[in-house]
Amino acid sequence: MNDPLEHEKVEDIEIRLLLDALYARYHYDFRHYAMASLKRRLRQAREQMGFESLSALQERLLHDPSMLPRLLGFLTVQVSEMFRDPSYFLAIRQKVVPHLRTYPSLKVWVAGCSAGEELYSLVILFREEGLEQRTIFYATDINQDALAQAEAGIFHLDRMQLFTENHRKSGGKSSLSDYYSAAYGRASFDKSLRRQVVFSDHSLVTDAVFGEMHLVSCRNVLIYFDRGLQDHALGLFKDSLIRKGFLGIGAKESLRFSSQSAAFSDFVREEKIYQRRAE
Amino acid sequence: MTATAARAVVIGASAGALEALSAILPALPADFALPIFIVVHIPPDKQSVLATLFQASSPIVVREAEDKEPIRGGTAYFAPPDYHLLVEADGHLSLSSDELVLYSRPSIDVLFESASDAYGPGLVGVILSGANEDGAAGLRAVVDAGGTAVVQNPDRAFAPAMPEAAKAACPEANVLSLQDIAAYLQRIACRP
Ligand SMILES: C[S@@+](CC[C@H](N)C(=O)[O-])C[C@H]1O[C@@H](n2cnc3c(N)ncnc32)[C@H](O)[C@@H]1O
Repeated sequence: MNDPLEHEKVEDIEIRLLLDALYARYHYDFRHYAMASLKRRLRQAREQMGFESLSALQERLLHDPSMLPRLLGFLTVQVSEMFRDPSYFLAIRQKVVPHLRTYPSLKVWVAGCSAGEELYSLVILFREEGLEQRTIFYATDINQDALAQAEAGIFHLDRMQLFTENHRKSGGKSSLSDYYSAAYGRASFDKSLRRQVVFSDHSLVTDAVFGEMHLVSCRNVLIYFDRGLQDHALGLFKDSLIRKGFLGIGAKESLRFSSQSAAFSDFVREEKIYQRRAE
Repeated sequence: MTATAARAVVIGASAGALEALSAILPALPADFALPIFIVVHIPPDKQSVLATLFQASSPIVVREAEDKEPIRGGTAYFAPPDYHLLVEADGHLSLSSDELVLYSRPSIDVLFESASDAYGPGLVGVILSGANEDGAAGLRAVVDAGGTAVVQNPDRAFAPAMPEAAKAACPEANVLSLQDIAAYLQRIACRP
């Protein structure tokens, strides 16, 4: 009974059942996330939520909806930064923006926007480049708490030093402090930055295409999916983008192993910015 | 030392990693059959040069791991700076930008724990020089899953804290010199 491999198999069964339960009961589908990191986060959730086993957690989850946000907090990773990988935003500014300027109106989708760091980065960049007024930004995520934070636009003040430095390296034409007011250890971003933004709860796994985008920025989300699910999400992006629309993904993500890779061509290779082929 | 045939190797190193790995990777022959996964602590904003550096001096293939890359034998994969490297049970690699673990990303524990889930008794875990305690829990997980633990002799390591901590967590670990670790890896990868 103490055989570690025996225990291993039981844990794998528990994970499968828990993910099935989560889907059947609440329609959150984590069944095809990259398993190694998901397993680690499930172990953390079990420990910190104080359950003996994942089966015990599952039992409670099925009967008590108040467990759901807590569990989702463990299962979705909220690590982010404004202007994360400044060279990505520099490439958007220098290489993508000139193409976007040729359209009279624009739609941008920030998929998996977390607490809004990536969204605000793009809105500020578009404002600096004079494109904000003609753009609608769609900011989506499955984590309600993160979405609420994104809508509030409030971050810890001690993160501003890094964000400011990143913004500068991304070719920022103003000072980041122009966009927020600081009080009580918090930086509160100007509400005018949200004028052109639509926030919504949308899953890349279970929800449908968003239409006619000129740019989709989905960074460090695909990395949490297994290959099949990556293909599915990339299919959504392909169908959401206009012909010759742009797709930006995370620095260490790649289309190289995806069955959708033929639908896109490299636009700025080092920055993982792709362009939908014209067909 | 191993009862079950080895299927993969994980290596963790921090301060003194370059010197330690230089005694191991270049010593492995081109027909080395196993995949090797390596976490070295590097500052997040640094472009990693490790893969390029060791590719130049090693007969085996050395690369920086990419997300969802299929795992191949005879290849050493370095975790990229600022990402955790994990092994999937279905034969792929994953990267993640989850929180730091013991102040580290990439984390040796994260790699070792995922690899021990994937390979069980077929895994060999190696802890080299380093000035912190990352890897101790990971090496414990390797042993608990039936795998083999190897630790660089702390008396001869550039930074002894990490191998000391690993030894303390895994008293059953084989404590070897760098040369003996290289020789040991060659032996296990060549068995029929
Ligand atoms: C690591 S954060 C990335 C944040 C930001 N895009 C960046 O690169 O800094 C991953 C985000 O993806 C969200 N996410 C996870 N699964 C998702 C899904 N199926 N659909 C949409 N968003 C998802 C998480 O809630 C989290 O906010």
